[in-house]
Amino acid sequence: MHVWINGEQRELEAGASVLDALAALGAPSSGVAVAVDGEVVPRAGWSGTGLVDGARIEVLTAVQGG
Amino acid sequence: MTIDTGILVIGDRKITSRLIMGTGGAANLEILERALVASGTSLTTVAMRRIDAATGMGVLDLLRRLDIEVLPNTAGCRTAAEAVLTARLAREALETDLVKLEVVADERTLLPDPIELLDAAEQLVDDGFTVLPYTNDDPVLARKLEQAGCAAVMPLGSPIGTGLGIRNPHNIEMIVAAASVPVVLDAGIGTASEAAQAMELGCDAVLLATAVTRAGDPERMAHAMRLAVEAGRAAREAGRIPRRYWAQASSPDPDAS
Repeated sequence: MHVWINGEQRELEAGASVLDALAALGAPSSGVAVAVDGEVVPRAGWSGTGLVDGARIEVLTAVQGG
Repeated sequence: MTIDTGILVIGDRKITSRLIMGTGGAANLEILERALVASGTSLTTVAMRRIDAATGMGVLDLLRRLDIEVLPNTAGCRTAAEAVLTARLAREALETDLVKLEVVADERTLLPDPIELLDAAEQLVDDGFTVLPYTNDDPVLARKLEQAGCAAVMPLGSPIGTGLGIRNPHNIEMIVAAASVPVVLDAGIGTASEAAQAMELGCDAVLLATAVTRAGDPERMAHAMRLAVEAGRAAREAGRIPRRYWAQASSPDPDAS
């Protein structure tokens, strides 16, 4: 299935979880947060939250600013 | 104005330095590190952005190593909905309930959008955040933010990054006089005298970034800002003399017997 991770389209296995999306991105597991279709997915729910085709996943971290 | 004259308390946190730093604008992490150390800061902002291969965890690792508490901001957000989502992501990523709430109206001025700001503040307070809103130098809006449950109010001196100093000192004084939460002068500081002025006006702390990170010598300017905040605070507590119209001799009258 196709999902959007940080604005880029990616191909993931059907039934992939948030954790799988993070792995596809090569993101570290700490210091990041994930929203799927505008809702925050808490860390504890990453492995159990399935993605659907067309899901929009945002993965954020802290950068210099402010 | 806080009654406690010692350590600054925001929400349930004791903030040991009254100079809150930002990390934006530093040429690299080494320069940033030297500036942060010289500033003596104990609380420092970061922004939240999409992760990419080049991002790395540099700034977070640095703050952790320096034992500086992280204050995530919602910079770049234009609506309450965007700011609320960004704050929730920051809480999740950084495991903190602190947020510097920024909701700006446009890129040209980066001035806060008061309607969206108050809406976001109400939602985030309800959601358990310790909210530090970046606000206009408007005493009425500051009061409404405090009534909404914000843990501090952070009025601007002048627009972000301008270095124009405090354009409306009287408004800042009115905000200080009315507030029962800490007042943090946020944005517009260009040099040390302006940081001192903020404290002399009664602010509880100063938040700045550009004035240090884009200074000719960021480390030296950070040190100057630290001294300025301390000096301004001391002067405020000492109580300045009243302004007079005519001179008043400070030496004895030579004709007096």
